[in-house]
Amino acid sequence: MIAVIDYGVGNVFNVLKACRYVGADVQLTADPASIQKADGIILPGVGAFRSAMDRLNQQQLVPLIKDTVKRGTPFLGICLGMQMLFASSTEFGVTPGLGLIPGQVIRLPQQADLQVPQVGWNQNRLQQDDSIFRDIDGCYTYFVHSYYAECPAKYVVASVDYGVQVPAIVQRGNVYGMQFHPEKSGKVGLNLLKAFMKEVQAHDLASN
Amino acid sequence: MLAKRIIPCLDVDNGRVKKGVNFINLVDVGDPVAIAAEYERQGADELVFLDITTTNERRATMADVVEKVSQQVFMPLTVGGGIHSVAAMEKLLQAGADKIAINSAAVANPTLIRQGAAKFGSQAIVVAIDVSFDPASQQYRVFTHGGQQATALSAIDWAQRVVQLGAGELLVTSMDKDGTKSGFDLHLYQQLGQAVDVPIIASGGAGTITDFTQLYQQTNVTGALAASIFHFKELTINNVKQALANKGVPVRL
Repeated sequence: MIAVIDYGVGNVFNVLKACRYVGADVQLTADPASIQKADGIILPGVGAFRSAMDRLNQQQLVPLIKDTVKRGTPFLGICLGMQMLFASSTEFGVTPGLGLIPGQVIRLPQQADLQVPQVGWNQNRLQQDDSIFRDIDGCYTYFVHSYYAECPAKYVVASVDYGVQVPAIVQRGNVYGMQFHPEKSGKVGLNLLKAFMKEVQAHDLASN
Repeated sequence: MLAKRIIPCLDVDNGRVKKGVNFINLVDVGDPVAIAAEYERQGADELVFLDITTTNERRATMADVVEKVSQQVFMPLTVGGGIHSVAAMEKLLQAGADKIAINSAAVANPTLIRQGAAKFGSQAIVVAIDVSFDPASQQYRVFTHGGQQATALSAIDWAQRVVQLGAGELLVTSMDKDGTKSGFDLHLYQQLGQAVDVPIIASGGAGTITDFTQLYQQTNVTGALAASIFHFKELTINNVKQALANKGVPVRL
């Protein structure tokens, strides 16, 4: 079972629908026991960094998340959930994140003819050939965001060009993040969710 | 690079797509799920559903449509038509909509924009604006109620105001061009593009492939919306995108 963490922010139903469409056994939950024993974890999120972190803290989910990551459970953050993997964000003052990947979340720079937020489909360039998400190379995925992760290149699996190089997929060990919405990225997105599901199954087999 | 978007719009009446969509491979020409799936196959970047139901069950029906479509079709879905409250927005977003479009309700109650953006984020709030050029004042003017009622608002002022209130995107229809198939109102979108820095979707006037290439070469809008030319297969989304790509406009193929 993959636990989709329910912490009361954003629209998580479309993530569930997409996971179920590709055959994943997903459960929306905030229950510590369910999250603890899940084979994989998805942290969704839309909205503001600080209020999302506040909610995770209020529900005392932060130590739990860190613990499952340490035990090797495959963990996927989506959109704001991806940004929260990093050490901090500058959205409304500096707010600490989960600190699972070194780096800081900063605002997209103002540039001529490039609106902030970035809204729409952007083309991914693969940066790490051995990734479970390598099929993304050259494919478009759907982005909606005003902030992006500035992090060391070794954590960037794929990136898109939006005046600056925006990390689209990041990874550190068993922690993955997608800045775009795989659940809104058509077949490409569904295949990425399938790849994560496979990783969850492989980890589950290896640990039993 | 960010791709320019091609967005079909579907009018939904009581849960059924109005104006028989002319896809020969569809058994049920009014089924929103089948039509959405077909547009996904053709390469649509997003879908807009406009609820034109006049009975008062509209909200329940539309939520049901959105729920069903979002279980099968995985691209951004915008829903508009008769949404007057944050509660109505929430219901549609929970059903699977990604964005809510408000038009007359935003003019009547601009705070609705701020309330929606505060609760769901600016990315979820699209303000739809229907405009017509007023030769007397030499200004684009805002109309409401499906273009029936003139307002005193200038389109440029109103666009700037709604962005300040939290609109994340604008869907701007030129009533002068709508249905004419004579091309998009380039002058309008050039002015708007200077005035605001949120993404703009242009609507009204699409008739030929050249209309799309001109729109993207001469304005900075990021999306183009069309209905009948796609429904009746006068153009396919793929043809339009191929032509755009040939002209060097970035599109998702």
